Amino acid sequence: MDPFAKDEIIAIFMLDETDRRILRQMQAEPGLSAAALAERAGTTAATCARRIERMRARGIIRAERARINWAALGYGVEVSLRITLDKTARNAFDIFIEQARKIPEVIEIQTFLGRVDVRLSVLARDMAHYRQIYRSRILPLPHINDIEALMHLSTVRTNPVLPL
Amino acid sequence: MIELDAHDRSILAALQEDATLSAGALARRIGLSQPATWRRIRRLQEAGVLAGTALDLDLEALGFTVTVFLGIKLATRGRVSLEDFERAISAIPEVQSVQHVLGLYDYRVRVVARDLADFERILRRRIMTLPGVGDVEANVLLSEERLPGPLG
Repeated sequence: MDPFAKDEIIAIFMLDETDRRILRQMQAEPGLSAAALAERAGTTAATCARRIERMRARGIIRAERARINWAALGYGVEVSLRITLDKTARNAFDIFIEQARKIPEVIEIQTFLGRVDVRLSVLARDMAHYRQIYRSRILPLPHINDIEALMHLSTVRTNPVLPL
Repeated sequence: MIELDAHDRSILAALQEDATLSAGALARRIGLSQPATWRRIRRLQEAGVLAGTALDLDLEALGFTVTVFLGIKLATRGRVSLEDFERAISAIPEVQSVQHVLGLYDYRVRVVARDLADFERILRRRIMTLPGVGDVEANVLLSEERLPGPLG
């Protein structure tokens, strides 16, 4: 059995029903006060705090992050750029990603197995600003083979709750 | 629209990393007094810039080893309403986010699964059977990084 698979199984089995209840409630309403969270998870505040601390220490809870509403800062446009890279170039992924990270308007970089190699989420104030970023920062990125753009219209669902 | 100065940007960048930071800890980090920091956080909240908290979990440690992004094109025939499709796909527990997009696809959907066999089950039984689904493209997520955004 491969050692990673074994570690994984141990990690899953270390979570008991109380941990799962706490995680479900945290996901359903992140930022809830400790007291409210404990009550919803049906446990005491002390147990709840201890369990959360343990899940943080084990890396199951990586962080709680503030969500920024970019539209409120004047960034009204979000575009998903689906990029295929020229894989014949050596280290095409690494070189591309290193350069893409330097563009301030890029807020997310994902890599894939499939028809698309890399996806960038790009913010812009408006379409004119987007066109400027696209021409001056995106197109010069190295090793691009093809780019497809999806313009973000709305988010129907977010704030995921895992089926734990 | 709200204007930000360098302190506001530092606050946003720090809270994106850790939303549980107290006003006191934030104040020490950016070199302002605690009340001044608190006022700035309140102002960012009131302007809707700080829009809640997201929990960052290690999906693999929780047994979800596969994340797939689907591009879904709705079939033009049959005229299924967007609302019906959105409601139905959002109700699938493994569906983590649904974005309405303009371009090659109509929707971009994030799906988590325990493994590839589990993903195939979700795709066949839950997603392909939804009313109005046309062309579907699947890309398996290999890596993901979030960046602070234009706060520099």
